[in-house]
Parts: sequence; structure tokens; C-alpha cells
Amino acid sequence: MDFTQQLAQYVISGVTQGSIYALIALGFVTIFNVTGVINFSQGEFAVIGAFVAITLAQETSLFRGQMTVGLGWPLPLAALVGVLAAVLVGVLLYRLGIQPARNASPLSQIVVTIGASIALRGLVLLAWGTDPYRLSPFTAGKPLKLLGAVVTRQSVWVMGLTVLAVLGLYAFFQYTLTGKALRASSANAGAARLMGINTRRMGLIAFALSAGISALGGIVITPLTFMTYERGLMLALKGFVAMIMGGLTSPFGAVLGGLALGVIESLAAGLLSSGYKDAFSFAVLFVVLLVRLGGMTRRSGGQALDRAGL
Amino acid sequence: MNIKVSTARLAVLGWVVVMAAFPLVVRNNYQIFILTLIGLYTMLTVGLSLVMGYAGQVSLGHATFYGVGAYLTALLSARAGLPSWAALLASAALTGLLALLVGVPIFRLRGHYLAMATLGLNVIFNLMMKNETEITGGPSGFTNIPPLSLGRFVFDSDVKMYYLVWVVAAVVLWVSLNIVNSRVGRALRAIHARPPPAESLGVDANAFKLRVFALAAVYAGLAGGLYAQAVHFISPSSFDFLFSVELITMSAVGGLASVWGSIFGAAVVVFLGQFIRDKMNLILEGASGEQEIIIFGLLLVIIMVFLPEGLTSGGLRVVRGWQARRKAESG
Repeated sequence: MDFTQQLAQYVISGVTQGSIYALIALGFVTIFNVTGVINFSQGEFAVIGAFVAITLAQETSLFRGQMTVGLGWPLPLAALVGVLAAVLVGVLLYRLGIQPARNASPLSQIVVTIGASIALRGLVLLAWGTDPYRLSPFTAGKPLKLLGAVVTRQSVWVMGLTVLAVLGLYAFFQYTLTGKALRASSANAGAARLMGINTRRMGLIAFALSAGISALGGIVITPLTFMTYERGLMLALKGFVAMIMGGLTSPFGAVLGGLALGVIESLAAGLLSSGYKDAFSFAVLFVVLLVRLGGMTRRSGGQALDRAGL
Repeated sequence: MNIKVSTARLAVLGWVVVMAAFPLVVRNNYQIFILTLIGLYTMLTVGLSLVMGYAGQVSLGHATFYGVGAYLTALLSARAGLPSWAALLASAALTGLLALLVGVPIFRLRGHYLAMATLGLNVIFNLMMKNETEITGGPSGFTNIPPLSLGRFVFDSDVKMYYLVWVVAAVVLWVSLNIVNSRVGRALRAIHARPPPAESLGVDANAFKLRVFALAAVYAGLAGGLYAQAVHFISPSSFDFLFSVELITMSAVGGLASVWGSIFGAAVVVFLGQFIRDKMNLILEGASGEQEIIIFGLLLVIIMVFLPEGLTSGGLRVVRGWQARRKAESG
């Protein structure tokens, strides 16, 4: 394999991995725009969605072998229920943790979502243990070739579903009444309330939507990389970095940020050092934070930054 | 007022007597070690409370400094051949220096960004501990760390470490109380409550926050070094992000803006963790590891939502409100 082929391979796997970061980042942006909360438990939605889908689709032993579930549901149905399970968790999180603390300082809100994150992680650990789990690919068959690089069929699924999710979300925000109400409450919550929009309900919808998108990401990536109970934190961090790279409030920016981060990470891990794969995204985070926030952002998007406590 | 001060002094005196007498009464080394651990965590929590409760800054990476202190002490004494006490002091100082270095750029950030940046710091340092196998011993850890010795006196038993750790913890508490009640403490509270007026009155907010951050790092470095010298073995998993969250839980349980609460918070989290690990096995056979984080996570949510002043003050407020309501209803 020559160098260009190798490079193409890194870019392809980077875009695949980056699609997941993009979906998580979209989840972050959706919640942040409507409620002003950065949800540190965003990654757990992906983990929960994936584990529920796995359990429904293939034989799984739970609670250290005390329970075995072998429903063998068809994959699309299992995936759908996985997404819905994450949505339910998102709704509960909003009602029980975020809504009661909505007037608290950003510090308290951060700690609430951190607490939720490790509680969920502990629950997943309790049910599924520490083993890595895998889901069979959505379609079987030989991998494809592109510019001499191998593209697995699952990668195509990942990219395709990401594009669909982004377009679907865009259509939802642009053309449905609920979507418009969500955009209104993110632009100006006070005015939205005056126009009869129930902003609390909008917060609930934002959490539900966001959990669903992130869960989709977790489910489609599981056939390619194993899913473990502890992946949520890293996914959340990468999604957050992608969100900041994309300018904090822009859904399309978040998607681009996610893809860029995936590629940067894949190239750095391939060409520099794989042991520090996770550290590179933080190097990116520091550069973006210190360069952008230090200098120019006050002028652009100052309102969003104020809400983030900057 | 006078009476109040003397009761407080009496309480402190009583506490010191109980702590000093404990190893004479309890001869169980494991329990003494657990109390030593609480002493170390108290030092960590006091620092974190100063950063979070007084300076109002989120730090999701406090375990970093604990780990850096532990590894530096290990390296300086086992590899560089420094006397163990010098290694301990040097690593505390170096940890503070590190905090100053990373703090200068990081403290330009606030809110969520600061939280993520400190978390990132924790992840990066934890990866370094795991990956730089030649220096740190990698995931399997750093072994054979010499115990602390002063002249001919070697702190080589659990009881000796217990006394040492609690004496150091008492000094840390005393210094912190003085800071809280000094000009610096007032300046910090002013920054926390109303940043713009405080700054217009000449309080250099960033400089104060940075100093508190560095001081907390020195505490953590000291605690980490003592930990390494108490157990002679350290591994990266003791200093990961989850431990940072555990520290936040301790700080929240004790009340974020409470110096004395740190002891209470550290004790509650340690004992609760022990209790859950013991009981977990009864509920689910063979269950091990981090399951206690379910409870810690829920505790954190409940405290932040309902009792933001901490378990004791917040609990008292709730009980008093409840009593007042009952009185009003009956009367």
C-alpha cells in the first residue's frame, strides 16, 4: 500500500468515526440552543441506545449471566427501540435533573449532568458488565474500494445515515411548527413565551431529540468498533470539541466539526502515535478554545457565549 | 459571639482528641488505612472547595494534580534518589508550578469551557501515565516507592502514616480557614458574587483564581506524594476522571463553600463507597468495580438540585422549613 492509499484509508476511517462525533455534536447543539445547558451526559445516550439495540437484536446475557435475553428482533426494529430508550432517558434527565435546576448557576448545571452521566454509566455497567459488545453489520458483503482504500459497507451506512439525520433535522427545524417553535425559543426565550410557546416543553423536546440523534450514532458505529460501558465520556468530549469547532450554536458547523475532528484524529493516530489518539482531540480543543475565544469571538456570537458563561 | 467561638474551639479540640485516640482504641490496620485515606481526600477536597466554592470555577480534573504529585514523588525518590522528604516537598511545589503553567491559559476560559479544559487535562495526563511506560510503569503501575523517612525515623506503618497524614491535613485546613477569612477570601467571595464591581474595585480576579488553583494543586500534590509513600504502589487508574468526579462529590456533600465540610464530604463518600462495594456483592454475585458510581452520580444530582449548600446545611434548611410549616399548620 503506498502513501496516498494509506492517507485515503485514514481519511475514510476518519470520516466514518467523525460521523459519530457529528451526531453527538448535533445532540449537544440542539440542547444548548434551546436550554443553554451543556449536557455532559450526551455520550451516555449513544451507549444506552447501542446496548438496548444489541440486547434486542442478538442473544445477550445480562447482570453477570443471571438473565439471558435472546429475542432476535430484526435490526431496524431493535435500533428503533434503542433510540426510543435513549429518548426516554433524555426526557427523564430533563424532568428530574435539568428542569428543577434551571435557575441554578452553570456550575451547578454542569455538576448535575456529570452526576447523571456517571449514574447512567454505572447502570450500564451493572446490566452489561465490562465486556465489549458488537453488533453484526447492517448489510453483509464484501467491502468496497475507493481510491485504493477499503470502505466497509457499514461505513457507507454510517455516512448515509448521518447525512439523512442531518437533512431530517434540518427539515424538522425549517418546516414544522414544533421545529420553528424550538428555533424561536432558542433565539429569544422570553419573546417565544409571549407568543404562547411553552419553552419548558421545548426544552423537553430538545432533550428527547438530542438523545435520539446521539443514540442513532451509537447504534450505527457499534458494528465497526466495539461498544463498552465506558465509551460515553469520550464520545461526549469529542462531540463537545466538534461543537466548539463548529461555532457552538450551528448544527451544520457541528457536523463539519465532527467530520474534521474524526479526520484529524485518524491522521494523527495513524501517522504520529496511536496511544495518544484521545489526547489529540484535546490538543485541538485547547487550540480552538484559546485561539478563537481569546481573540475574535466576542464580536461574533457574543450572546451565545454569554449564555455559556463566557 | 465569644461563647460561640469557644464552643467552636471546643468542638475542634474534641475532634482532635478523638482522632488522636482512634489508633489506640482501634487496632485494625485496614480501618486505620481507610481513615488515612479520608485524611488525604480531605486535603484534596479542601483545595477543590476553594476552587469551586470560593473562586467559583469548575475543575473536572483535580485528580490530575493528585496523580502528578504521586508520580513525581515516586520518580524523585525511587529513580532520582532524592531523600523521601525532599521528594515529597519538591513534588508538591512542582505540582503547584504545573498548575500555574496550565492555569494561565486555562483561566482565560470560564463556565463550560473551563470545565471541559480541566477535564481534557485530566484525560491527557492519565494517557501519559498509561503510555509513557518507561517513566511511569504504564498501566501496571509504579512499584517499590520508598516510605517517608525523617532522619532515622521511618513512617513505615499504617498508624504512623495515619498520624502524619492527619497532622498535614490539619495544617492544610488551618491554612485554608485563614485564607477564607482573610483579605484574599473576601476578594474571592466578591469575585464569585459579583465579578464586575469586584474588578472595578481593583480585585484582579484572574490573579486570585490562579493563586487559589495553584494552592489547591499544592495540596493535591502533597496528598498524592503522601499516598504514594503510604501504599508504595501507584497506577494510572487511581487518578482518572472518575476520581475527579468522586472528589467533586465529596466537595458537594460537604458543601462547596465549606472548609470544614471537606472532612465530612470525604468521610461520607469513602464510607458510602465501602458500604456499596460490600453490599453490591450480595445483590449481584461477583459484581465488582465501579458500580458505586450509580449512587455517587445520583447523590451528586440530588445535592446540586435540592441541597446546593451541602448535605448538612442543606439538610438542616429543609428540616427547619418543614418544621416551620408544621408549626404554622398546627398553630
